[in-house]
Amino acid sequence: MPECRILDPFACAKLPLDSWMSVGLRWVVDNYRPFFQAVKAPIDSMLQSFMAALGAVPPMVVIIVVALIAWQIAGIRLAIGLAATLLFVGFIGVWPETMLTLAIVLTSLIFSLVIGIPLGIWASRSETLYAILRPLLDGMQTIPAFVYLVPVVMLFGIGNVPGVIVTVIFAVAPVVRLTYLGMKQVPEDVVEAMRAFGATESQLLWKAQLPLALPTIMAGVNQTLMMSLSMVVIASMIAVGGLGQMVLRGIGRLDIGIATVGGLGIVALAIVLDRLTQALATPQKKGEWLNRGPVGLIRSFTKSSQTDSAHQLASPAIDN
Amino acid sequence: MTDAVIECRNVWKIFGDKSKEAHKVVNERGLSKTEILEQYGCVVGVADVSFTVGKGEIFCIMGLSGSGKSTLVRHINRLVEPTAGSIRVANQDVNSLNGTQLRQMRSQSVGMVFQNMALLPHRTVIDNVALSLELRGMAKGSRHDVALEKLRLVSLDGWGDRYPDELSGGMKQRVGLARAMAADPEILLMDEPFSALDPLIRRQLQEQFLELSKVLKKTTVFITHDLDEAIRLGTHIAIMKDGRFVQVGTAEQIVTEPIDGYVADFVKGISRLELVSAGRVMKPIAGAQASALTGPTVLATDKLSKLLQIAKEHDGVITVVDGDRPVGVISRHDLLDAVTG
Repeated sequence: MPECRILDPFACAKLPLDSWMSVGLRWVVDNYRPFFQAVKAPIDSMLQSFMAALGAVPPMVVIIVVALIAWQIAGIRLAIGLAATLLFVGFIGVWPETMLTLAIVLTSLIFSLVIGIPLGIWASRSETLYAILRPLLDGMQTIPAFVYLVPVVMLFGIGNVPGVIVTVIFAVAPVVRLTYLGMKQVPEDVVEAMRAFGATESQLLWKAQLPLALPTIMAGVNQTLMMSLSMVVIASMIAVGGLGQMVLRGIGRLDIGIATVGGLGIVALAIVLDRLTQALATPQKKGEWLNRGPVGLIRSFTKSSQTDSAHQLASPAIDN
Repeated sequence: MTDAVIECRNVWKIFGDKSKEAHKVVNERGLSKTEILEQYGCVVGVADVSFTVGKGEIFCIMGLSGSGKSTLVRHINRLVEPTAGSIRVANQDVNSLNGTQLRQMRSQSVGMVFQNMALLPHRTVIDNVALSLELRGMAKGSRHDVALEKLRLVSLDGWGDRYPDELSGGMKQRVGLARAMAADPEILLMDEPFSALDPLIRRQLQEQFLELSKVLKKTTVFITHDLDEAIRLGTHIAIMKDGRFVQVGTAEQIVTEPIDGYVADFVKGISRLELVSAGRVMKPIAGAQASALTGPTVLATDKLSKLLQIAKEHDGVITVVDGDRPVGVISRHDLLDAVTG
């Protein structure tokens, strides 16, 4: 035992946090592993269906569907841009890996939202919960992901499903925060008016608070997606496949070619998902979207074919 | 008043963690507002207010900002819970209602209009107007029919499919008024509805509201910081200061008999021409003198403006008559005195 001195007390006294953690985790693993294995099941089934769907659909169909969605929610320019980006991904030969990564990212997103949005709403109604949640969220965003790779591997094993779990831990924070913020930003007077006209708490939530908070929540969804993508490479260290795996292999073999195509695939995917969710986050008026994009086009076709009958119906309605 | 629709008895609202204790010592020792703030950290919003509003009346509560008037009006539909006191609306004790009954009262019997309109920005005008009907589960078709009818009432027909941000301030507040009336409530609570509007529009809306009010006969509690508005609209006016009612009365009473310097300051700039009646100005006369009098005659209820018109053309004394019996006289001196106050 070294001599104890007041100016350097660390030499003789040590808090054995590291061994506590090891012992504690060991105990959790020994006693509760079946529970954690059961948690994997829903994640696994969702991931499997995404993978099956994205793997089964021909690439051109995926590209066309993405382009149509983009056209509908943002306009023809974005549709062309995103289609070109996805074509590029296909031509550099990383289409299957991109679809696998997309499946993992989408699964992570869905679980992040299912956990994050209700948590954010709840936190906005309880300051106590928010006070507890805030340091937790800070921690989840700042603790290096490598630190919780260890317990996740010990509890859940390796593979795509644990990959989704680490991604959710890392990416859930923004959607919680921004849901909380969006709910808090709903004007107090609107809430009061809803109450004054006899709204129940759930009517208040669904008819006023959520619609008004939606743009902010969508910004949170966008952030969560971007953070999920930034976990792709780290998650590949616990045997998650896809684009991250390519980058990791590139690092391991000093193969700049494979690292580059993997990296560019991630960037392309990020661009596509970011632009789509950003377009969704811009506030829109109800019904407006029906008159533009592919839906608007189809509607204008069907309308012009029944112009005569519609015209007769429409004119007296305007007089009223 | 036997047909009181709203009846508040000794209502107190004290904000803060120790509001109950603060209320107790206020009753026992009568601390002032500042003493309560210093000793208990509690803010007195409403202090011992009692009033009744009869059916079809417009009761104006006038006070400066911070006087507690908005807090007071929110007790009527229990958006604010009182610290003490009882509030009865349509013979129901508001504070003993359970959640369902309270929501039912809010969506059916009490409509409210807010200073900053508080329309739902993501909904069309018609969906805003139909809000209370929707909240209580009326089908879309029938609630839209009602909403259209109410929009016509505030002359906004044809605006139903617009969004609130496409409307001017005055139009938004008319939507607010239509929304409050959608359920055809017995009671309207108006919390400074016209304060945020420019003077011309405010005047128009006041007139529109008065006309509607004559037809629909809603019992109304109207909050304002503008005495002119209170006088124009109110059947009765209460002047509120520091959470208390300083004076309650008709416009004429408040203008001619201000109870203290505070009220007198308020009424100083108010034009009395349309308020003060001949009966209040005249010098009563006994029956014997009466026969000697000649010249123009007015009724006791005629206002100063009419007396001035007559005085322009006749130099002599004006006689106030009840039927054909003279009851008083008004000299030119009396008249000028009454006008200047």
